[in-house]
Amino acid sequence: MTVRVLLFARYREAAGKAAVEVEIGEDATLADVWESVRARVPALREERRPLFSCDRVYARPDHPVTGREEIAVFPPVSGG
Amino acid sequence: MPGLYRIVEGPLDLESAIQAVSGPDRGAIATFIGTARDHHDGRPVQSLEYHAYVPMAEAVMRQIGGEIASRFGTPHVAILHRIGRVAVGDPSVIIAVAAAHRREALAACSHAIERLKGIVPIWKKEHYAGSARWIEGPDPPALTS
Repeated sequence: MTVRVLLFARYREAAGKAAVEVEIGEDATLADVWESVRARVPALREERRPLFSCDRVYARPDHPVTGREEIAVFPPVSGG
Repeated sequence: MPGLYRIVEGPLDLESAIQAVSGPDRGAIATFIGTARDHHDGRPVQSLEYHAYVPMAEAVMRQIGGEIASRFGTPHVAILHRIGRVAVGDPSVIIAVAAAHRREALAACSHAIERLKGIVPIWKKEHYAGSARWIEGPDPPALTS
């Protein structure tokens, strides 16, 4: 299935776009999604500390993906 | 539902935060204003730029308001964070918490800014003379259970 992944901050700048679409298998997790994103976007291959969210709630890398969620990946936050 | 949680493009208004939390049964309003500093690790900073995952940032700020309600006993919380360019000296974040008594108000205000810095999906970019750099926070506390 195809999922759209939102990118923020440095990841967005590195990719040159706000979202990427990747192809993943039926039993994929967020970790699998991230691997596909990094395969598509070479500038992200060195990133080691991604955070994930599903439907605007933090989620762990082993969180399963159904394809219907709003998925985002971003670096550790630095607001304030 | 009480509380004000907003990502804002443009200048922040302290008065609106105070208005959102004030009321006759509250004896204290604690406020925090975070402002853009002109240096970082000895390096001159010309301006800051903030980027946010807006709907999630507002949801997580509301979650922090819920933490404050259960830990400090007051639902009267306002958290405003600016995005885009922020000039040195200007506010990037404003927090106001009202409570019956000063101790809860002050403790809750401190909790709000610490949690905001730890978990709200907002990122800061520092602009220097001729260059810029995204600031990346420390590994966050356990975000999911």
